[in-house]
Amino acid sequence: MTNLNKIVTQVRRDILRMVNDVNSGHPGGSLGCTEFMVILYFKIMKRNKDFTMNGENEDLFFLSNGHISPVFYSVLSRCGYFHTSELSTFRKINSRLQGHPTTHEGLPGVRIASGSLGQGFSVAIGAAITKKLNQEKNIIYSLHGDGELQEGQNWEAIMYASANKIDNLICTIDNNNKQIDGDIKDVLDMGSLELKFQAFGWVVLTIENGNDLSEIHTKLNEAKNLCFKGNPIVIIMKTEMGNGVDFMMGTHKWHGVAPNDEQLKLALDQNPETIGDY
Amino acid sequence: MKKFINQGNNDTRSGFGAGLLEIGRNNKNIVALCADLTGSLKMNEFKNEFPERFFQVGIAEANMMGIAAGMTIGGKIPFTGTFANFSTGRVYDQIRQSIAYSGKNVKICASHAGVTLGEDGATHQILEDIGLMKMLPGMTVINTCDYNQTKAATISISNHYGPVYLRFGRPKVPNFTDPNQDFKIGKGVKLIDGNDVTIVATGHLVWEAIESCNQLKKEGISAELINIHTIKPLDEKIILKSIVKTKCIVSAEEHNIIGGLGESISSILVRNNLVPMEFVGVEDSFGESGTPTQLMNKYGLSSEKIMEKCKKVILRK
Repeated sequence: MTNLNKIVTQVRRDILRMVNDVNSGHPGGSLGCTEFMVILYFKIMKRNKDFTMNGENEDLFFLSNGHISPVFYSVLSRCGYFHTSELSTFRKINSRLQGHPTTHEGLPGVRIASGSLGQGFSVAIGAAITKKLNQEKNIIYSLHGDGELQEGQNWEAIMYASANKIDNLICTIDNNNKQIDGDIKDVLDMGSLELKFQAFGWVVLTIENGNDLSEIHTKLNEAKNLCFKGNPIVIIMKTEMGNGVDFMMGTHKWHGVAPNDEQLKLALDQNPETIGDY
Repeated sequence: MKKFINQGNNDTRSGFGAGLLEIGRNNKNIVALCADLTGSLKMNEFKNEFPERFFQVGIAEANMMGIAAGMTIGGKIPFTGTFANFSTGRVYDQIRQSIAYSGKNVKICASHAGVTLGEDGATHQILEDIGLMKMLPGMTVINTCDYNQTKAATISISNHYGPVYLRFGRPKVPNFTDPNQDFKIGKGVKLIDGNDVTIVATGHLVWEAIESCNQLKKEGISAELINIHTIKPLDEKIILKSIVKTKCIVSAEEHNIIGGLGESISSILVRNNLVPMEFVGVEDSFGESGTPTQLMNKYGLSSEKIMEKCKKVILRK
Protein backbone atom coordinates (compact mmCIF):
# COMPACT_ATOMS: atom_id res chain seq x y z
CA MET A 1 0.00 0.00 0.00
CA THR A 2 3.00 2.34 0.44
CA ASN A 3 3.38 2.71 -3.26
CA LEU A 4 -0.37 3.21 -3.72
CA ASN A 5 -0.34 5.89 -1.06
CA LYS A 6 2.30 7.71 -3.06
CA ILE A 7 0.18 7.51 -6.17
CA VAL A 8 -2.87 8.74 -4.27
CA THR A 9 -0.98 11.77 -3.03
CA GLN A 10 0.40 12.49 -6.47
CA VAL A 11 -3.07 12.19 -8.04
CA ARG A 12 -4.35 14.69 -5.46
CA ARG A 13 -1.61 17.09 -6.49
CA ASP A 14 -2.54 16.59 -10.14
CA ILE A 15 -6.19 17.34 -9.43
CA LEU A 16 -5.43 20.49 -7.48
CA ARG A 17 -2.93 21.82 -10.02
CA MET A 18 -5.20 21.04 -12.99
CA VAL A 19 -8.22 22.91 -11.64
CA ASN A 20 -6.13 25.79 -10.30
CA ASP A 21 -4.47 26.27 -13.69
CA VAL A 22 -7.78 26.92 -15.46
CA ASN A 23 -9.64 28.29 -12.43
CA SER A 24 -12.45 25.83 -13.06
CA GLY A 25 -13.36 22.19 -12.68
CA HIS A 26 -14.52 19.99 -9.85
CA PRO A 27 -11.94 19.27 -7.14
CA GLY A 28 -14.31 18.21 -4.33
CA GLY A 29 -15.63 14.94 -5.74
CA SER A 30 -12.33 14.23 -7.47
CA LEU A 31 -10.42 14.35 -4.19
CA GLY A 32 -13.11 12.25 -2.50
CA CYS A 33 -12.78 9.44 -5.07
CA THR A 34 -9.01 9.45 -5.41
CA GLU A 35 -8.34 6.30 -3.35
CA PHE A 36 -11.10 4.41 -5.17
CA MET A 37 -9.85 5.30 -8.63
CA VAL A 38 -6.24 4.45 -7.77
CA ILE A 39 -7.14 1.06 -6.27
CA LEU A 40 -9.48 0.27 -9.16
CA TYR A 41 -6.99 0.99 -11.89
CA PHE A 42 -3.79 -0.17 -10.17
CA LYS A 43 -5.04 -3.23 -8.28
CA ILE A 44 -8.49 -4.41 -9.31
CA MET A 45 -9.18 -4.13 -12.99
CA LYS A 46 -7.80 -6.58 -15.52
CA ARG A 47 -6.59 -4.22 -18.20
CA ASN A 48 -4.88 -4.63 -21.55
CA LYS A 49 -1.70 -2.66 -22.14
CA ASP A 50 -2.99 -0.85 -25.19
CA PHE A 51 -6.29 0.99 -25.29
CA THR A 52 -8.93 -0.08 -27.79
CA MET A 53 -12.49 1.17 -27.82
CA ASN A 54 -13.87 -2.38 -27.83
CA GLY A 55 -11.73 -3.44 -24.88
CA GLU A 56 -11.81 -7.13 -25.71
CA ASN A 57 -10.89 -9.53 -22.92
CA GLU A 58 -10.38 -6.79 -20.36
CA ASP A 59 -12.42 -5.20 -17.61
CA LEU A 60 -13.99 -1.85 -18.45
CA PHE A 61 -14.73 1.24 -16.39
CA PHE A 62 -17.36 3.92 -16.97
CA LEU A 63 -17.42 7.24 -15.14
CA SER A 64 -21.02 8.41 -14.91
CA ASN A 65 -20.40 11.52 -12.83
CA GLY A 66 -18.18 13.00 -15.52
CA HIS A 67 -17.51 16.22 -13.64
CA ILE A 68 -14.87 14.45 -11.55
CA SER A 69 -12.80 14.24 -14.72
CA PRO A 70 -9.64 15.55 -12.98
CA VAL A 71 -9.23 12.35 -10.94
CA PHE A 72 -10.15 10.22 -13.99
CA TYR A 73 -7.60 11.94 -16.24
CA SER A 74 -4.88 11.87 -13.60
CA VAL A 75 -5.33 8.17 -12.91
CA LEU A 76 -5.52 7.32 -16.62
CA SER A 77 -2.27 9.15 -17.29
CA ARG A 78 -0.56 7.72 -14.22
CA CYS A 79 -1.53 4.25 -15.55
CA GLY A 80 0.13 5.07 -18.85
CA TYR A 81 -2.84 5.63 -21.17
CA PHE A 82 -1.29 8.97 -22.16
CA HIS A 83 1.68 11.05 -21.04
CA THR A 84 1.23 12.93 -17.79
CA SER A 85 2.38 16.15 -19.49
CA GLU A 86 -1.00 16.22 -21.26
CA LEU A 87 -2.67 16.88 -17.90
CA SER A 88 -1.51 20.48 -18.33
CA THR A 89 -4.00 20.87 -21.20
CA PHE A 90 -7.05 20.15 -19.03
CA ARG A 91 -10.02 22.35 -20.04
CA LYS A 92 -7.91 24.34 -22.48
CA ILE A 93 -8.67 24.94 -26.15
CA ASN A 94 -7.78 22.09 -28.55
CA SER A 95 -7.30 19.64 -25.67
CA ARG A 96 -8.27 15.99 -25.47
CA LEU A 97 -8.93 16.60 -21.78
CA GLN A 98 -12.30 18.29 -22.08
CA GLY A 99 -14.08 19.67 -19.03
CA HIS A 100 -16.11 16.48 -18.98
CA PRO A 101 -14.78 13.20 -20.43
CA THR A 102 -15.49 12.46 -24.06
CA THR A 103 -14.57 9.99 -26.76
CA HIS A 104 -14.88 12.80 -29.26
CA GLU A 105 -11.25 13.93 -29.01
CA GLY A 106 -9.91 10.37 -28.90
CA LEU A 107 -8.41 10.36 -25.41
CA PRO A 108 -7.25 6.80 -24.62
CA GLY A 109 -9.05 5.33 -21.63
CA VAL A 110 -12.39 7.03 -22.25
CA ARG A 111 -15.18 4.95 -23.82
CA ILE A 112 -18.23 7.19 -23.40
CA ALA A 113 -18.98 10.86 -22.94
CA SER A 114 -20.39 11.74 -19.55
CA GLY A 115 -21.32 14.91 -17.76
CA SER A 116 -25.03 15.13 -18.34
CA LEU A 117 -25.85 12.99 -15.33
CA GLY A 118 -27.64 9.71 -14.88
CA GLN A 119 -26.60 7.90 -18.05
CA GLY A 120 -23.75 5.73 -16.80
CA PHE A 121 -25.78 2.84 -15.39
CA SER A 122 -27.42 2.23 -18.76
CA VAL A 123 -24.14 2.42 -20.65
CA ALA A 124 -22.40 0.09 -18.19
CA ILE A 125 -25.26 -2.41 -18.48
CA GLY A 126 -25.01 -2.29 -22.29
CA ALA A 127 -21.28 -2.99 -22.15
CA ALA A 128 -21.91 -5.80 -19.65
CA ILE A 129 -24.44 -7.41 -21.99
CA THR A 130 -21.96 -7.27 -24.85
CA LYS A 131 -19.32 -8.95 -22.67
CA LYS A 132 -21.79 -11.77 -22.09
CA LEU A 133 -22.72 -12.01 -25.79
CA ASN A 134 -19.02 -12.18 -26.65
CA GLN A 135 -18.54 -14.81 -23.94
CA GLU A 136 -15.88 -12.77 -22.18
CA LYS A 137 -15.57 -13.33 -18.44
CA ASN A 138 -14.77 -9.73 -17.65
CA ILE A 139 -16.29 -7.27 -15.22
CA ILE A 140 -17.74 -3.85 -15.92
CA TYR A 141 -17.06 -1.21 -13.27
CA SER A 142 -18.74 2.14 -12.96
CA LEU A 143 -18.75 5.12 -10.64
CA HIS A 144 -21.73 7.37 -9.95
CA GLY A 145 -22.37 10.37 -7.73
CA ASP A 146 -25.00 10.01 -5.04
CA GLY A 147 -26.78 13.22 -6.02
CA GLU A 148 -26.77 11.91 -9.57
CA LEU A 149 -29.20 9.20 -8.49
CA GLN A 150 -31.91 11.85 -8.49
CA GLU A 151 -32.05 11.42 -12.27
CA GLY A 152 -34.83 9.01 -13.25
CA GLN A 153 -32.92 7.10 -15.91
CA ASN A 154 -30.80 5.50 -13.18
CA TRP A 155 -33.80 3.71 -11.77
CA GLU A 156 -34.89 2.43 -15.17
CA ALA A 157 -31.43 0.93 -15.48
CA ILE A 158 -31.24 -0.34 -11.91
CA MET A 159 -34.57 -2.12 -12.44
CA TYR A 160 -33.36 -3.60 -15.73
CA ALA A 161 -30.07 -4.94 -14.37
CA SER A 162 -31.57 -7.09 -11.65
CA ALA A 163 -34.49 -8.28 -13.78
CA ASN A 164 -32.04 -9.43 -16.43
CA LYS A 165 -29.41 -10.84 -14.06
CA ILE A 166 -26.59 -8.55 -15.19
CA ASP A 167 -24.08 -10.12 -12.84
CA ASN A 168 -20.81 -8.99 -14.41
CA LEU A 169 -21.35 -5.46 -13.15
CA ILE A 170 -19.98 -3.65 -10.09
CA CYS A 171 -21.34 -0.13 -9.71
CA THR A 172 -19.99 2.14 -7.02
CA ILE A 173 -21.83 5.13 -5.59
CA ASP A 174 -19.69 8.01 -4.35
CA ASN A 175 -21.76 8.66 -1.25
CA ASN A 176 -20.48 12.00 0.04
CA ASN A 177 -24.00 13.25 0.79
CA LYS A 178 -23.35 16.48 -1.03
CA GLN A 179 -24.44 18.12 -4.26
CA ILE A 180 -24.01 21.58 -5.78
CA ASP A 181 -26.81 23.27 -3.86
CA GLY A 182 -25.90 21.72 -0.51
CA ASP A 183 -26.46 18.56 1.50
CA ILE A 184 -28.48 15.92 -0.31
CA LYS A 185 -30.92 15.64 2.57
CA ASP A 186 -31.73 19.34 2.09
CA VAL A 187 -31.86 19.38 -1.71
CA LEU A 188 -33.77 16.14 -2.31
CA ASP A 189 -33.56 13.58 0.44
CA MET A 190 -33.11 10.11 -1.04
CA GLY A 191 -33.49 8.14 2.17
CA SER A 192 -31.53 4.90 2.40
CA LEU A 193 -29.63 4.06 -0.75
CA GLU A 194 -28.89 0.60 0.66
CA LEU A 195 -32.60 -0.17 1.09
CA LYS A 196 -33.46 1.24 -2.32
CA PHE A 197 -30.89 -0.92 -4.11
CA GLN A 198 -31.88 -3.97 -2.08
CA ALA A 199 -35.50 -3.40 -3.02
CA PHE A 200 -34.44 -3.30 -6.66
CA GLY A 201 -32.76 -6.70 -6.32
CA TRP A 202 -29.11 -5.71 -6.13
CA VAL A 203 -26.43 -7.13 -3.87
CA VAL A 204 -25.36 -4.19 -1.72
CA LEU A 205 -21.94 -3.72 -0.15
CA THR A 206 -20.92 -0.75 1.94
CA ILE A 207 -17.55 0.91 2.29
CA GLU A 208 -17.64 2.80 5.57
CA ASN A 209 -14.49 4.79 4.83
CA GLY A 210 -14.21 5.41 1.10
CA ASN A 211 -10.90 7.16 1.62
CA ASP A 212 -9.27 4.13 3.21
CA LEU A 213 -7.22 2.21 0.67
CA SER A 214 -7.32 -1.14 2.40
CA GLU A 215 -11.08 -1.09 3.03
CA ILE A 216 -11.77 -0.16 -0.62
CA HIS A 217 -9.39 -2.90 -1.77
CA THR A 218 -11.05 -5.50 0.44
CA LYS A 219 -14.58 -4.56 -0.59
CA LEU A 220 -13.81 -4.46 -4.31
CA ASN A 221 -12.29 -7.93 -4.05
CA GLU A 222 -15.36 -9.08 -2.17
CA ALA A 223 -17.54 -7.63 -4.91
CA LYS A 224 -15.51 -9.44 -7.58
CA ASN A 225 -16.11 -12.72 -5.79
CA LEU A 226 -19.84 -12.04 -5.85
CA CYS A 227 -19.92 -11.58 -9.64
CA PHE A 228 -21.42 -14.17 -12.00
CA LYS A 229 -23.93 -15.31 -9.40
CA GLY A 230 -27.08 -13.83 -10.88
CA ASN A 231 -27.17 -10.37 -9.34
CA PRO A 232 -25.75 -6.95 -10.12
CA ILE A 233 -23.58 -5.50 -7.36
CA VAL A 234 -23.53 -2.01 -5.94
CA ILE A 235 -21.06 -0.58 -3.47
CA ILE A 236 -22.22 2.36 -1.41
CA MET A 237 -18.92 4.07 -0.75
CA LYS A 238 -18.99 6.72 1.96
CA THR A 239 -16.46 9.38 1.09
CA GLU A 240 -15.44 12.83 2.22
CA MET A 241 -15.73 15.46 -0.48
CA GLY A 242 -12.46 17.33 -0.74
CA ASN A 243 -10.57 14.61 1.12
CA GLY A 244 -6.87 15.21 1.65
CA VAL A 245 -7.10 18.99 1.88
CA ASP A 246 -8.25 20.15 5.31
CA PHE A 247 -10.01 23.31 4.23
CA MET A 248 -11.89 21.54 1.43
CA MET A 249 -13.34 18.79 3.61
CA GLY A 250 -16.77 18.73 5.21
CA THR A 251 -18.38 21.20 2.85
CA HIS A 252 -20.00 21.19 -0.59
CA LYS A 253 -18.39 24.54 -1.40
CA TRP A 254 -15.51 22.96 -3.32
CA HIS A 255 -17.76 20.86 -5.55
CA GLY A 256 -17.11 23.02 -8.58
CA VAL A 257 -14.71 25.73 -7.38
CA ALA A 258 -10.97 25.74 -7.97
CA PRO A 259 -8.46 26.87 -5.36
CA ASN A 260 -6.63 30.14 -6.06
CA ASP A 261 -2.83 30.26 -6.03
CA GLU A 262 -2.62 30.86 -2.31
CA GLN A 263 -5.07 28.08 -1.52
CA LEU A 264 -3.26 25.78 -3.95
CA LYS A 265 -0.01 26.27 -2.08
CA LEU A 266 -1.66 25.36 1.21
CA ALA A 267 -3.29 22.32 -0.38
CA LEU A 268 -0.09 21.12 -2.03
CA ASP A 269 1.82 21.54 1.23
CA GLN A 270 -0.57 18.96 2.69
CA ASN A 271 0.15 16.64 -0.27
CA PRO A 272 3.88 16.73 -0.93
CA GLU A 273 5.21 15.56 -4.29
CA THR A 274 5.84 11.80 -4.44
CA ILE A 275 6.34 10.29 -7.89
CA GLY A 276 6.76 13.56 -9.77
CA ASP A 277 4.50 16.41 -10.86
CA TYR A 278 3.40 16.54 -14.49
CA MET B 1 -43.47 9.59 -68.32
CA LYS B 2 -42.34 6.70 -66.14
CA LYS B 3 -45.19 4.77 -64.56
CA PHE B 4 -44.94 3.47 -61.04
CA ILE B 5 -46.77 0.28 -60.21
CA ASN B 6 -48.11 -0.23 -56.72
CA GLN B 7 -47.00 -3.76 -55.84
CA GLY B 8 -49.62 -3.79 -53.08
CA ASN B 9 -50.14 -1.59 -50.07
CA ASN B 10 -47.86 -2.37 -47.16
CA ASP B 11 -46.52 -0.58 -44.12
CA THR B 12 -42.99 0.79 -43.97
CA ARG B 13 -42.56 -0.62 -40.46
CA SER B 14 -42.96 -4.13 -41.90
CA GLY B 15 -40.15 -3.29 -44.30
CA PHE B 16 -38.04 -2.50 -41.24
CA GLY B 17 -39.01 -5.81 -39.61
CA ALA B 18 -38.11 -7.75 -42.74
CA GLY B 19 -34.80 -5.93 -43.14
CA LEU B 20 -33.91 -6.48 -39.50
CA LEU B 21 -34.57 -10.20 -39.80
CA GLU B 22 -32.39 -10.43 -42.89
CA ILE B 23 -29.40 -8.65 -41.39
CA GLY B 24 -29.87 -10.64 -38.18
CA ARG B 25 -29.36 -13.80 -40.22
CA ASN B 26 -26.26 -12.44 -41.93
CA ASN B 27 -24.48 -10.68 -39.09
CA LYS B 28 -24.32 -12.05 -35.56
CA ASN B 29 -23.33 -8.63 -34.22
CA ILE B 30 -26.79 -7.24 -34.98
CA VAL B 31 -28.78 -6.85 -31.76
CA ALA B 32 -32.24 -5.37 -31.33
CA LEU B 33 -33.74 -3.51 -28.39
CA CYS B 34 -37.36 -2.60 -27.92
CA ALA B 35 -39.30 -0.55 -25.35
CA ASP B 36 -42.51 -2.57 -25.08
CA LEU B 37 -43.60 -2.11 -28.71
CA THR B 38 -42.28 -5.29 -30.32
CA GLY B 39 -45.45 -5.95 -32.32
CA SER B 40 -45.88 -2.34 -33.41
CA LEU B 41 -42.28 -2.20 -34.62
CA LYS B 42 -42.61 -5.57 -36.41
CA MET B 43 -39.64 -6.94 -34.47
CA ASN B 44 -41.36 -10.21 -33.56
CA GLU B 45 -39.71 -12.33 -36.21
CA PHE B 46 -36.25 -11.15 -35.17
CA LYS B 47 -37.16 -11.77 -31.54
CA ASN B 48 -38.40 -15.29 -32.27
CA GLU B 49 -35.43 -16.28 -34.41
CA PHE B 50 -32.74 -14.60 -32.30
CA PRO B 51 -34.04 -14.45 -28.73
CA GLU B 52 -30.49 -14.19 -27.36
CA ARG B 53 -29.93 -11.04 -29.42
CA PHE B 54 -33.27 -9.37 -28.64
CA PHE B 55 -33.53 -7.15 -25.56
CA GLN B 56 -36.88 -6.13 -24.14
CA VAL B 57 -36.18 -3.08 -21.98
CA GLY B 58 -39.73 -2.27 -20.94
CA ILE B 59 -41.21 1.22 -21.00
CA ALA B 60 -37.86 2.88 -20.40
CA GLU B 61 -36.60 4.54 -23.56
CA ALA B 62 -33.83 6.55 -21.89
CA ASN B 63 -32.35 3.35 -20.51
CA MET B 64 -32.73 1.70 -23.92
CA MET B 65 -30.63 4.40 -25.61
CA GLY B 66 -27.94 4.16 -22.95
CA ILE B 67 -27.81 0.36 -23.10
CA ALA B 68 -27.59 0.54 -26.89
CA ALA B 69 -24.65 2.96 -26.62
CA GLY B 70 -22.89 0.64 -24.18
CA MET B 71 -23.51 -2.43 -26.31
CA THR B 72 -21.50 -0.95 -29.18
CA ILE B 73 -18.39 -1.24 -26.98
CA GLY B 74 -17.32 -4.71 -27.98
CA GLY B 75 -18.67 -4.53 -31.51
CA LYS B 76 -22.41 -4.99 -31.38
CA ILE B 77 -24.65 -3.05 -33.76
CA PRO B 78 -27.78 -2.17 -31.80
CA PHE B 79 -31.08 -1.35 -33.50
CA THR B 80 -33.49 0.35 -31.10
CA GLY B 81 -37.19 0.25 -31.80
CA THR B 82 -40.01 2.42 -30.52
CA PHE B 83 -42.33 5.15 -31.83
CA ALA B 84 -40.66 8.21 -33.37
CA ASN B 85 -41.84 10.41 -30.52
CA PHE B 86 -40.23 8.17 -27.89
CA SER B 87 -37.16 7.63 -30.10
CA THR B 88 -36.26 11.31 -30.22
CA GLY B 89 -37.91 13.97 -28.09
CA ARG B 90 -38.19 11.80 -25.01
CA VAL B 91 -34.56 10.73 -25.13
CA TYR B 92 -32.83 13.65 -26.79
CA ASP B 93 -30.12 14.07 -24.19
CA GLN B 94 -29.38 10.35 -24.04
CA ILE B 95 -28.95 10.30 -27.82
CA ARG B 96 -26.96 13.51 -27.77
CA GLN B 97 -24.41 12.53 -25.13
CA SER B 98 -24.22 8.73 -25.08
CA ILE B 99 -24.73 8.11 -28.81
CA ALA B 100 -24.06 11.11 -31.06
CA TYR B 101 -21.31 12.92 -29.14
CA SER B 102 -19.80 9.57 -28.17
CA GLY B 103 -19.85 8.51 -31.84
CA LYS B 104 -21.58 5.20 -31.14
CA ASN B 105 -22.78 2.86 -33.87
CA VAL B 106 -26.44 2.82 -32.83
CA LYS B 107 -29.35 2.65 -35.26
CA ILE B 108 -32.37 4.47 -33.85
CA CYS B 109 -35.33 3.00 -35.69
CA ALA B 110 -38.55 4.93 -35.30
CA SER B 111 -42.01 3.92 -36.37
CA HIS B 112 -45.33 5.78 -36.24
CA ALA B 113 -43.76 9.04 -37.35
CA GLY B 114 -45.94 11.96 -38.37
CA VAL B 115 -49.72 12.34 -38.40
CA THR B 116 -50.37 9.02 -40.15
CA LEU B 117 -50.12 7.31 -36.79
CA GLY B 118 -53.77 8.37 -36.76
CA GLU B 119 -56.27 8.04 -33.97
CA ASP B 120 -53.85 8.12 -31.01
CA GLY B 121 -53.49 11.85 -31.59
CA ALA B 122 -50.84 14.48 -31.04
CA THR B 123 -49.20 12.97 -27.94
CA HIS B 124 -47.90 10.21 -30.20
CA GLN B 125 -47.60 12.02 -33.56
CA ILE B 126 -44.21 13.68 -33.59
CA LEU B 127 -43.67 16.22 -36.36
CA GLU B 128 -40.41 17.58 -34.99
CA ASP B 129 -38.20 14.48 -35.01
CA ILE B 130 -36.34 15.13 -38.25
CA GLY B 131 -35.37 18.57 -36.98
CA LEU B 132 -34.22 17.22 -33.63
CA MET B 133 -32.11 14.51 -35.20
CA LYS B 134 -30.61 16.48 -38.09
CA MET B 135 -29.23 19.06 -35.67
CA LEU B 136 -27.05 16.46 -33.97
CA PRO B 137 -23.51 16.51 -35.41
CA GLY B 138 -22.66 13.22 -37.10
CA MET B 139 -26.21 11.88 -37.12
CA THR B 140 -27.46 10.37 -40.38
CA VAL B 141 -31.20 10.96 -40.88
CA ILE B 142 -33.24 8.72 -43.17
CA ASN B 143 -36.99 8.84 -43.91
CA THR B 144 -38.17 6.10 -46.22
CA CYS B 145 -41.15 6.10 -48.58
CA ASP B 146 -42.39 2.51 -48.85
CA TYR B 147 -41.92 -1.07 -47.70
CA ASN B 148 -39.19 -1.97 -50.16
CA GLN B 149 -37.17 1.17 -49.52
CA THR B 150 -37.45 0.75 -45.75
CA LYS B 151 -36.23 -2.83 -45.96
CA ALA B 152 -33.32 -1.78 -48.19
CA ALA B 153 -32.47 1.12 -45.86
CA THR B 154 -32.48 -1.13 -42.81
CA ILE B 155 -30.01 -3.45 -44.48
CA SER B 156 -27.89 -0.58 -45.75
CA ILE B 157 -27.49 1.20 -42.41
CA SER B 158 -26.19 -1.99 -40.81
CA ASN B 159 -23.15 -1.63 -43.07
CA HIS B 160 -22.65 2.05 -42.25
CA TYR B 161 -20.59 2.89 -39.16
CA GLY B 162 -22.07 5.66 -37.06
CA PRO B 163 -25.33 6.78 -35.49
CA VAL B 164 -28.40 6.70 -37.73
CA TYR B 165 -31.98 7.84 -37.26
CA LEU B 166 -34.28 5.74 -39.47
CA ARG B 167 -37.83 7.09 -39.65
CA PHE B 168 -40.82 5.17 -40.95
CA GLY B 169 -44.53 4.83 -40.29
CA ARG B 170 -47.61 2.92 -39.40
CA PRO B 171 -50.13 2.96 -42.30
CA LYS B 172 -50.21 0.62 -45.26
CA VAL B 173 -49.16 2.71 -48.24
CA PRO B 174 -48.35 1.91 -51.89
CA ASN B 175 -45.20 -0.17 -52.29
CA PHE B 176 -43.69 0.92 -55.58
CA THR B 177 -39.89 1.04 -55.39
CA ASP B 178 -37.67 -1.76 -56.68
CA PRO B 179 -37.47 -4.65 -54.21
CA ASN B 180 -33.84 -5.13 -55.28
CA GLN B 181 -32.87 -1.47 -55.11
CA ASP B 182 -29.33 -0.45 -54.24
CA PHE B 183 -29.95 1.84 -51.28
CA LYS B 184 -27.20 4.44 -51.06
CA ILE B 185 -27.18 6.63 -47.95
CA GLY B 186 -27.04 10.29 -48.95
CA LYS B 187 -28.11 9.75 -52.55
CA GLY B 188 -31.40 11.12 -53.83
CA VAL B 189 -33.33 9.17 -56.44
CA LYS B 190 -34.80 10.92 -59.45
CA LEU B 191 -38.14 9.24 -60.07
CA ILE B 192 -39.60 11.42 -62.82
CA ASP B 193 -37.97 13.75 -65.37
CA GLY B 194 -39.58 17.13 -65.89
CA ASN B 195 -38.87 20.72 -66.90
CA ASP B 196 -41.28 23.12 -65.22
CA VAL B 197 -40.91 22.46 -61.48
CA THR B 198 -38.83 20.26 -59.17
CA ILE B 199 -40.64 18.37 -56.44
CA VAL B 200 -38.46 17.00 -53.64
CA ALA B 201 -40.43 14.59 -51.49
CA THR B 202 -39.64 12.26 -48.61
CA GLY B 203 -41.44 9.46 -46.79
CA HIS B 204 -45.14 8.96 -47.32
CA LEU B 205 -45.30 12.13 -49.44
CA VAL B 206 -43.34 10.51 -52.28
CA TRP B 207 -46.34 8.51 -53.50
CA GLU B 208 -48.54 11.60 -53.17
CA ALA B 209 -46.00 13.46 -55.28
CA ILE B 210 -46.12 10.76 -57.98
CA GLU B 211 -49.85 11.24 -58.18
CA SER B 212 -49.34 15.00 -58.38
CA CYS B 213 -46.94 14.59 -61.29
CA ASN B 214 -49.42 12.40 -63.14
CA GLN B 215 -52.20 14.95 -62.70
CA LEU B 216 -49.98 17.94 -63.51
CA LYS B 217 -48.94 16.19 -66.72
CA LYS B 218 -52.58 16.07 -67.78
CA GLU B 219 -52.74 19.80 -67.18
CA GLY B 220 -49.64 20.40 -69.31
CA ILE B 221 -47.16 20.91 -66.46
CA SER B 222 -43.97 18.87 -66.56
CA ALA B 223 -42.81 18.17 -62.99
CA GLU B 224 -39.51 16.55 -62.01
CA LEU B 225 -39.68 14.37 -58.91
CA ILE B 226 -36.78 13.54 -56.60
CA ASN B 227 -37.20 11.00 -53.82
CA ILE B 228 -35.01 12.10 -50.92
CA HIS B 229 -34.70 9.28 -48.42
CA THR B 230 -31.62 10.68 -46.71
CA ILE B 231 -32.30 14.08 -45.19
CA LYS B 232 -28.83 14.24 -43.68
CA PRO B 233 -26.41 14.17 -45.38
CA LEU B 234 -28.61 15.77 -48.03
CA ASP B 235 -27.87 15.14 -51.71
CA GLU B 236 -27.26 18.74 -52.72
CA LYS B 237 -26.04 17.85 -56.19
CA ILE B 238 -29.22 16.20 -57.38
CA ILE B 239 -31.30 19.16 -56.15
CA LEU B 240 -29.06 21.88 -57.55
CA LYS B 241 -28.82 20.09 -60.88
CA SER B 242 -32.58 19.84 -61.15
CA ILE B 243 -33.31 23.49 -60.37
CA VAL B 244 -30.92 24.68 -63.06
CA LYS B 245 -33.46 23.20 -65.43
CA THR B 246 -36.78 23.87 -63.65
CA LYS B 247 -35.88 27.13 -61.83
CA CYS B 248 -38.34 26.49 -59.00
CA ILE B 249 -38.87 23.89 -56.31
CA VAL B 250 -41.46 22.41 -53.94
CA SER B 251 -40.61 20.30 -50.88
CA ALA B 252 -43.07 17.74 -49.49
CA GLU B 253 -42.82 15.97 -46.15
CA GLU B 254 -44.91 14.65 -43.27
CA HIS B 255 -43.18 16.92 -40.75
CA ASN B 256 -43.27 20.42 -39.41
CA ILE B 257 -41.99 22.74 -42.14
CA ILE B 258 -39.81 24.21 -39.37
CA GLY B 259 -36.85 21.90 -39.02
CA GLY B 260 -37.73 19.57 -41.85
CA LEU B 261 -36.42 18.58 -45.27
CA GLY B 262 -37.74 21.78 -46.87
CA GLU B 263 -35.78 23.89 -44.45
CA SER B 264 -32.59 22.02 -45.31
CA ILE B 265 -33.26 22.54 -49.02
CA SER B 266 -33.93 26.24 -48.57
CA SER B 267 -30.55 26.56 -46.89
CA ILE B 268 -28.90 24.97 -49.92
CA LEU B 269 -30.74 27.34 -52.25
CA VAL B 270 -29.76 30.45 -50.32
CA ARG B 271 -26.10 29.44 -50.40
CA ASN B 272 -26.02 28.30 -54.02
CA ASN B 273 -28.83 29.22 -56.36
CA LEU B 274 -31.80 31.13 -55.08
CA VAL B 275 -34.97 30.09 -56.90
CA PRO B 276 -38.61 30.35 -55.76
CA MET B 277 -39.57 27.61 -53.29
CA GLU B 278 -42.80 26.43 -51.69
CA PHE B 279 -43.22 24.03 -48.78
CA VAL B 280 -45.68 21.19 -48.33
CA GLY B 281 -45.65 20.13 -44.69
CA VAL B 282 -47.34 20.77 -41.39
CA GLU B 283 -47.54 24.50 -40.70
CA ASP B 284 -46.00 24.66 -37.21
CA SER B 285 -48.76 22.76 -35.47
CA PHE B 286 -49.39 19.61 -33.46
CA GLY B 287 -51.52 16.87 -34.98
CA GLU B 288 -54.79 15.44 -33.69
CA SER B 289 -56.92 12.29 -33.74
CA GLY B 290 -58.41 11.07 -37.01
CA THR B 291 -57.81 8.55 -39.76
CA PRO B 292 -54.50 8.86 -41.58
CA THR B 293 -56.26 9.99 -44.76
CA GLN B 294 -58.32 12.59 -42.94
CA LEU B 295 -55.24 13.92 -41.21
CA MET B 296 -53.14 14.03 -44.38
CA ASN B 297 -55.87 16.07 -46.03
CA LYS B 298 -56.52 18.37 -43.09
CA TYR B 299 -52.84 19.15 -42.61
CA GLY B 300 -52.17 19.73 -46.30
CA LEU B 301 -50.11 16.61 -46.93
CA SER B 302 -51.85 15.53 -50.13
CA SER B 303 -51.20 15.28 -53.85
CA GLU B 304 -53.70 18.12 -54.31
CA LYS B 305 -51.68 20.38 -52.03
CA ILE B 306 -48.46 19.50 -53.83
CA MET B 307 -50.11 20.40 -57.17
CA GLU B 308 -51.37 23.68 -55.72
CA LYS B 309 -47.90 24.60 -54.47
CA CYS B 310 -46.33 23.61 -57.81
CA LYS B 311 -48.65 25.95 -59.70
CA LYS B 312 -47.98 28.72 -57.20
CA VAL B 313 -44.21 28.40 -57.38
CA ILE B 314 -44.21 28.31 -61.20
CA LEU B 315 -45.99 31.68 -61.18
CA ARG B 316 -43.26 33.08 -58.94
CA LYS B 317 -40.49 32.30 -61.44
